[in-house]
Amino acid sequence: MIISLLMIGLVFSGGFAWYMETKRSGQAKFIALLATIILGSSFTLYIATSPESYAELVLLTKVTWISVFNIHYMIALDHLSILLLLLTFILTVVAILISWREITHRQGFYYFNLLTTIAGIIGVFTAVDMFLFFFFWEVMLLPMTALIAIWGHENRHFAAIKFFIFTQVSSLLMLIAIILMAFIHQQQEGQLSFAYQDWLTLTLPADYSYYLMLGFFIAFAVKLPSFPVHSWLPDAHTQAPTAGSVLLAGILLKTGAYGLIRFVIVLFPQASEEFAPIAAVLALISILYGAKMAFAQTDFKRLVAYSSISHMGFVMLALFAFNANAFQGVIITLVAHGLSSAALFTFAGMIYARIHSRDLREMGGFWRASPVMGGFALAFVAAAFGMPGLANFIGEFYSLIGAFQRFPLITILAALGIIGSAIYGMLLFQSSFQGPVKNSFIDLSIRERFIATSLFIFLLVLGLFPNLILQYSFNGGL
Amino acid sequence: MLLSFLPFYPLISFLLIILLKKQLSWWQTSVLSVGAMLLCAITSLVLFNALNQAPDGVITSHLWRWFSLSDGDSFVSVNFSFYLDALSAVMICVVSCVGFLIHLFAAVYMKEDENFGRFMAYMNLFIVAMLILVLADNLVLLYLGWEGVGLCSFLLIGFWYQEKANVLAARKAFIVTRIGDTSMAIGLFMLFNALGSVNIVDVSELASAQWQLGNNDAYWICLLLLGGAVGKSAQLPLQTWLPDAMAGPTPVSALIHAATMVTAGVYLIARMNGLFILSPQVMNYVAWIGAITLLLAGISALVQTDIKRVLAYSTMSQIGYMMLGLGAGAWSAGIFHLMTHAFFKALLFLTAGAVIYALHHQQNVFKMGGVLKRLPFESSLFIIGLICLMALPGTSGFFSKEAIIGQLWSSATAGQALWWCAILGAFLTSVYSCRLFFIAFLGQERFSHPVTNLSNKGLKASLITLALLSLVGGFLVPDLSGVFVNTTQGVNNVVEPKWLHSVAIATPIVGIVFSWFYFSQYRSAEPNIYQQAQLKENQNPIVRYCFSGLGFDHLYELVFIKPFVFIARLNKRDVVDQCIMSITWYVGLWRDILVYSQNGLMRWYAAAFAIGLVCFIGGWLL
Repeated sequence: MIISLLMIGLVFSGGFAWYMETKRSGQAKFIALLATIILGSSFTLYIATSPESYAELVLLTKVTWISVFNIHYMIALDHLSILLLLLTFILTVVAILISWREITHRQGFYYFNLLTTIAGIIGVFTAVDMFLFFFFWEVMLLPMTALIAIWGHENRHFAAIKFFIFTQVSSLLMLIAIILMAFIHQQQEGQLSFAYQDWLTLTLPADYSYYLMLGFFIAFAVKLPSFPVHSWLPDAHTQAPTAGSVLLAGILLKTGAYGLIRFVIVLFPQASEEFAPIAAVLALISILYGAKMAFAQTDFKRLVAYSSISHMGFVMLALFAFNANAFQGVIITLVAHGLSSAALFTFAGMIYARIHSRDLREMGGFWRASPVMGGFALAFVAAAFGMPGLANFIGEFYSLIGAFQRFPLITILAALGIIGSAIYGMLLFQSSFQGPVKNSFIDLSIRERFIATSLFIFLLVLGLFPNLILQYSFNGGL
Repeated sequence: MLLSFLPFYPLISFLLIILLKKQLSWWQTSVLSVGAMLLCAITSLVLFNALNQAPDGVITSHLWRWFSLSDGDSFVSVNFSFYLDALSAVMICVVSCVGFLIHLFAAVYMKEDENFGRFMAYMNLFIVAMLILVLADNLVLLYLGWEGVGLCSFLLIGFWYQEKANVLAARKAFIVTRIGDTSMAIGLFMLFNALGSVNIVDVSELASAQWQLGNNDAYWICLLLLGGAVGKSAQLPLQTWLPDAMAGPTPVSALIHAATMVTAGVYLIARMNGLFILSPQVMNYVAWIGAITLLLAGISALVQTDIKRVLAYSTMSQIGYMMLGLGAGAWSAGIFHLMTHAFFKALLFLTAGAVIYALHHQQNVFKMGGVLKRLPFESSLFIIGLICLMALPGTSGFFSKEAIIGQLWSSATAGQALWWCAILGAFLTSVYSCRLFFIAFLGQERFSHPVTNLSNKGLKASLITLALLSLVGGFLVPDLSGVFVNTTQGVNNVVEPKWLHSVAIATPIVGIVFSWFYFSQYRSAEPNIYQQAQLKENQNPIVRYCFSGLGFDHLYELVFIKPFVFIARLNKRDVVDQCIMSITWYVGLWRDILVYSQNGLMRWYAAAFAIGLVCFIGGWLL
């Protein structure tokens, strides 16, 4: 029930924010922030006091939706979805705070879209009826496209359309796969079913389970994104408003990884085992190609966007290694990359607010005027290139040490991504914060300090005490 | 218990300075950072003594469980735990004592810098990372320290970040060492895969229990770890970053790029000696890398004009000796040389810093001259440093270097060729030291400004202490027999010629005599003779080749950097994206064609209709 309340609450407060904005301007952001904090903390409280252990999926709600097709509104939770929901709430607060001054135009509608996206994402992480899952998959897409198209930068319409078409085409494949699975269930059990739990018991025919798996895989690989279907991401990230980039990098990419863990690996164990070498090679190319492309960029946000492709490559490599260590790496990387890339995008936004440019060639010497910002920027760049002591290192280390057992050669090559990340990380940090002073600049405001400090503390604590997360068991590994 | 506090003194100082930077005066910042280091030094010495009474000669301290790796069915914990044995005890003493003296010097030296607080904070942070590196009980924690010192080194090289050259030097240092780090990381993955542990003690035990001599896994793992070591210790082929790293403030060069961080590679190999012993082939590589580096760096040092770059090449060359020693199985001698080198090289860098400061940031030796007369105190300390570097009998450098050279001839993994390399290196060392001394300290004064003398008591105290340590350091032989148990394994039964030791002892003196005559023009008081000599040196193409560090920078630029940047630039628009976007172009093309055909003109429609009909009927008929 709690999840449904969260989603209704988010959409409702989004609508309320929209309405109130027409009455008195400047209200929407307070409403959105307050709603997110209240809903987020009530969710945390609910989980903390809940008697369930959530080691396995716990079905929370089941209501019949379309009885003809045996479609239900089914919501369930386990550790993986709880973790991702908590990440979602943290980053939503960050996204709202970073929009505080940036968004001046149609604020009410902006926060409505923001909160609706979040509601959709929550649905994606919790739905266990595949039709419902697909529904939420679309729900999170539309308002996100609106965010890019309305509040984005100079080339926003193009980026929004590209983002939309990429996701739509790939999710069409997933829809076909979902319908086919429902028919297979009808063949075997006598009735259509879209329920995840029912599908787990199916014995899939070997000859086309591979193609079914591919249908899901492609949809999630686009979202992750993986080479060669990554190219929507740099445009979408670059053109989106800061909060949009934060949500895209921090959470939307994670829905792809979540899909791979929850559906591809678990529903099609044999087929994905068979597919693993191809996936590993794609992951390797993503890692190296992403790092190389990041180095070539001169746009701050584009650089970070390509670095995300590189990092998500580690996730895919680790995931298809089918190894306990690698799977721990996936979990930590999801959270760590969510936090660190969100932090880098907020910094892009903060710099844009100051010098109205994302071009690295126009930056330089910011450290002089803003030592606090420089220190944090260094810390987040260090997190991104896998500095031990910060969370990303744990993720990378686990991923690679696990993947090494299965794909030694690919992992050795993937480890070259460590060098690549140092190269683009240094480029990013040095060309913006070091070098001769080019612009006048002001240091972080209290609001911005709050964002940076809290993200950094999360990264540091998880880097030193990763067992805070890893003590729980996550389904989907091995 | 005391052990677990050790890295926290400088950490607390770092945090306080970073958080309260604005509010702290010079005095408060200095007391905080130097005081933390004093505490560290005292604690290290106490621990060093306590080690004698400790059971098994080991003190451990467990802080918390970091994470755990699954090894099939069981879990292997990776802990934040410190492990102190004789080897790490020597290292913490060197790091914290030399670190304390350099901090003391730096507090005075950097007083006028507007970012003094930031500087001291970074220095403290560096000590934290370095202590973690040497105290780590497992390789992952060691890697944390390893990356931490790399990051601090990056920050301190680029401390004056507004200069483009410093920024590039910092970037180069970080990326080149990162290449080594990656190799080490891969070695770690392999090690865990093979032995199922990353704990240093366990790994050594498991390896000697499971693997034969010359095991293939051991070979690859040692080779990859060696990759990490050469990166950090600026050995061939990853040595190019160290001379550029001199862009940092001089105390940084003394602390990080001479005394402590660059010896981390030596420490790593010594720490993993149990593994390296199993792979004599890699030991041989270690020895050869050390030997070639010490020769190349010695040759480059012969022709440098920047006093700090001479010292940087000299550091590379001395670390080459340590590597050579380790490769030959002279483990204790290698670590001993690490210790004495830390003393005298820190002394050399700090006195060089004092001279540079006195001459208004003049680093070019050809613009110094006659410093001996004007700065007798600094000069005499510099002489002490130089004679230790040359290893004249009685100095600390003598004992440690002779200890290495003496074991080369009969070592199974080294041999006569390497012995000759070491002797040649010793000769080169004394020649470049003399050249440096003659040009900068003797002869005519070639600077116009009056000297500004640093006459602070703390500064002098730190310099004098370092000088004393350099002189008597040879008698502080650490007892490492408990750590390196298997050292006698790799000895060949060859008869050593009688002249072996006398040659080794005589070489530096021969070098001095040689330079006295060969570089006589440089110490001449006549400006004309001196200028001729300088001109001759400048025009010599071989000299210019050696000046650039034997062309490695150019080579790497040509082979790695240029192609990398070129391909990156070429593909800036992302060729994959272009392919995918060609679909839009295709769709757009059809759209245009169709739009064009829907033009509302009757005759076009009629014509299209007619053509279509003809085609249709024609197709049907045929």
